[in-house]
Amino acid sequence: MNKSGIISFILSLLFGIGLGISGMTNPQNVIGFLDVFGNWKPALILVMGAGILFAIPFFYIAKKRDKSILGENFPNIPTIIDTKLIIGSIAFGIGWGIAGICPGPALVIATHFPKEIGLFLTAMIIGGKIADIKV
Amino acid sequence: MNFDISVFYYAAIGGALLGVASGLYYLLVGRIFGVSGILFSLFEKPIAIRALSVLGLLAAGLILSKIGALKTIEIKANYIELIIAGFLVGYGSRIANGCTSGHGICGISRFSLRSLVSVIIFMIAAIITVFIKSKLGA
Repeated sequence: MNKSGIISFILSLLFGIGLGISGMTNPQNVIGFLDVFGNWKPALILVMGAGILFAIPFFYIAKKRDKSILGENFPNIPTIIDTKLIIGSIAFGIGWGIAGICPGPALVIATHFPKEIGLFLTAMIIGGKIADIKV
Repeated sequence: MNFDISVFYYAAIGGALLGVASGLYYLLVGRIFGVSGILFSLFEKPIAIRALSVLGLLAAGLILSKIGALKTIEIKANYIELIIAGFLVGYGSRIANGCTSGHGICGISRFSLRSLVSVIIFMIAAIITVFIKSKLGA
């Protein structure tokens, strides 16, 4: 097992704990946050706000480097804004709104709700596979 | 309005923690911490990094469960809704190349216009979906 793997595990663990503390792991919280025209629960805006604020310095430092600190190449990330991005984002948003679950929190609560999240993740992988066929 | 102010502190503290984690992930490992992308390419190289990232999230769940932090969680969606939701989340994040973590946290933090557009669109789509669902009385 390499260093990057161990670091990935630790940081994902922290990310998951962060999700748990923030309230993002509770689908009813997420739906309350999205229920802007009903009984709106705005607190989760701070998850994204604080998340971005605290991530910015690291991406800023990374931008000035050729390779990551562990010597890996940084990825080439697409910048194009096309119909695929728009349609995909709409589909994602509808799915997120239906159940209040997105992929990160799904994994965090997976062992707690194996049946529900098992179904969600299986359907998610199938959705991704079908997206691959169409393109 | 019956919300407790402490939920705002928890949201900010949790957000700060996951922000630091995803920023460090990029700076150290050189990869975007995007959960949908990691899941879709789980068996592609580098397998160790992807598999251990998934395991890290699962382990976080076990710890949270152990300390009782997941006790109040309820999933109100029924099985059919979970399947439709999962399918759309999978299909959408695949063709848009990212979800709430990859576009939402990492993308905006590196000032990607593409990610900002994605986040604005999926937020609007999700808000409309919740609105329609509440009107249908579901």
